[in-house]
Amino acid sequence: MAKITYSEAIRQTLRELMHRDDRVLLLGEDIGLYDGVFKCTRGLLAEFGKDRVIDTPISELSFVGAGVGMALSGLRPIVELMFVDFAVLAMDQIVNQAAKLKYMSGGAVEVPLIVRTNLGTRGGAAAQHSQSLHASFLHYPGLVTVAPSNPADARGLLLAAYESRQQVLYLENKQLYFLTGEVPERDGLVPLGRSNVVRPGKDLTIVAASYSVVQALEAAALLEKDSIQAEVVDPRTLLPLDYATIAESIRKTSRVLIVDEGYLSGGFTQILAGRIAAESFFDLDAPVTMLAHPDVPIPFSPALEKPLLNRPETIAAKARELVRV
Amino acid sequence: MAETTATPTAASEEQRTRAIELYSLMHRIRLFEDALLELQLAGKVPGLAQLCQGQEAAVAGSVYSLRRTDWMIATYRGHGHAIAKGSPMRPLMAEMLGKATGCCKGKGGPMHLTDMAVRNPGLHPVVGAHLPIAVGIGMSCRKLEPGSVCLVDFGDGAAQCGTFHESLNMAALWKLPVVFVCENNLYAVSVPISEASASATIAQRAAAYSMPGVRVDGMDVLAVLEASEQAIGRARRGEGPSLIECVCYRYVGHSQHDPDSGLKYRSREEIEAWKQRDPIVTFRARLAEFGVASESVEDLETRNRAEVDDAAQFALDSPYPDFEEAFTDVY
Repeated sequence: MAKITYSEAIRQTLRELMHRDDRVLLLGEDIGLYDGVFKCTRGLLAEFGKDRVIDTPISELSFVGAGVGMALSGLRPIVELMFVDFAVLAMDQIVNQAAKLKYMSGGAVEVPLIVRTNLGTRGGAAAQHSQSLHASFLHYPGLVTVAPSNPADARGLLLAAYESRQQVLYLENKQLYFLTGEVPERDGLVPLGRSNVVRPGKDLTIVAASYSVVQALEAAALLEKDSIQAEVVDPRTLLPLDYATIAESIRKTSRVLIVDEGYLSGGFTQILAGRIAAESFFDLDAPVTMLAHPDVPIPFSPALEKPLLNRPETIAAKARELVRV
Repeated sequence: MAETTATPTAASEEQRTRAIELYSLMHRIRLFEDALLELQLAGKVPGLAQLCQGQEAAVAGSVYSLRRTDWMIATYRGHGHAIAKGSPMRPLMAEMLGKATGCCKGKGGPMHLTDMAVRNPGLHPVVGAHLPIAVGIGMSCRKLEPGSVCLVDFGDGAAQCGTFHESLNMAALWKLPVVFVCENNLYAVSVPISEASASATIAQRAAAYSMPGVRVDGMDVLAVLEASEQAIGRARRGEGPSLIECVCYRYVGHSQHDPDSGLKYRSREEIEAWKQRDPIVTFRARLAEFGVASESVEDLETRNRAEVDDAAQFALDSPYPDFEEAFTDVY
């Protein structure tokens, strides 16, 4: 085990995969000399050369499409999209091509493609560089969508994505890149489609993904002082979702708070709330509760941006209300 | 004996074989599409199917020189491409009818014909979406099997997509073995190319990407073949991508929902004028030049008919997939 940052865990795992399999190559904007905007490809150009670390033109739709083509014909491309806000430019390739080719071909075509990008608000990046659009990628059967919340999961899910030979959207988070944690130096694969009970508790379930897990754990620590035991469940894979683990937690606590950085309408909170209402209604003692980003674009000024975001204090406050119901 | 009956043009055995194969390929595609149209009219095709009658020279001429191990990726109007790349007709026709024996187990249908055994990773009905996929395949060709190529077929409609620019740029930038073949059939559904393209030709755009671009008569299979052989050769030698524009014509409507062969946006006279230049009829008339005896053409045509009839019957007789099949191959 070594204590490293989330972005370093990604970088080391990418490097390891490139050593393990010479069919692995990286594509993206400014991932070469510039090391990637979040430094996840630092030093890889020098080590592996321009043939395997390819700086692309600013052609998101087509370099993701090229990734699809490489993957179905024998290479193992890992494509970086600088921000998830730009993933919408590549939507056709992700949702119509990568996610559908295997099905449409009756299983003949495999697309072992990993597309990396990031969620989260970094502060002062305004409405087109700050969004958490993960819910936009939960509507497409065939796509695997993962969102690691810590350095070990960042490594483990990247390994799993590679091993699975599936089309995986791998969602990082701008607030997590500099978070440190223990990461296994060897192995450490985290299976796809398995939720993780990050913290056990009996009084309520908090479901959170990506950076919201960090906030939920801080909120749980605050609640502890009030003798409220929050159980925190991290789905890790958002699609296909391991709902059984979430349902089991709700059966135990009978209260659930969903915390997420995405917008409320059509967001992860509402999607999950619908499922809970449909499948776990009789296990609940209180309404499903949600904390999401309000339905407004993300503003630039800190005076506007910050109050819109979830904080451990607001999560803890919502949890206190919920346990009193 | 061939040596005692030398023709005035003294076609070589190789030319003779090539001529007969090209003719047969176009003929098989035409018969296949005609049979499919009949099945459509009989209500046996449970959904959208876009036919390519009239465009056979562009299809056969461009795909003919590919090897089985080369890649080919085409548009939804690519039933002919699937045949030309070497797929057997039975699973192709069964797919048209949504049958379990189809090449995609009935899950893709006419717009997604796939056969990885001949390296056809699927037809593409999202216009322009497959151009960048071809770029990626070109990268695999270069890295994994140097000397192999990827041919990508698309229409004049796709040439107006952003992916056209992005893909030609990347393919040229990375010097990939990709052959871009535009079947310019003059209409993107109903919109004529003059109302969709600001450039006089598609081929001229190649200059902007520093790659060769040629415009050929897409009704003349040998003209298409020559351009294609040059482009494929260039790609195999590692000299990078090329663009070929084949000017051709679709006889039928865009799909079964475009009745009267598209008379809403083009004239009967125009359609008839193009039919006068039918690629199959005109090339059949030239077969004697290559030393092909007329009896052997007739034998061939009979065999082709039998092949298509067999495929249609196979498709009709095949079962539909079990419902459980809907839930497989998702991941």
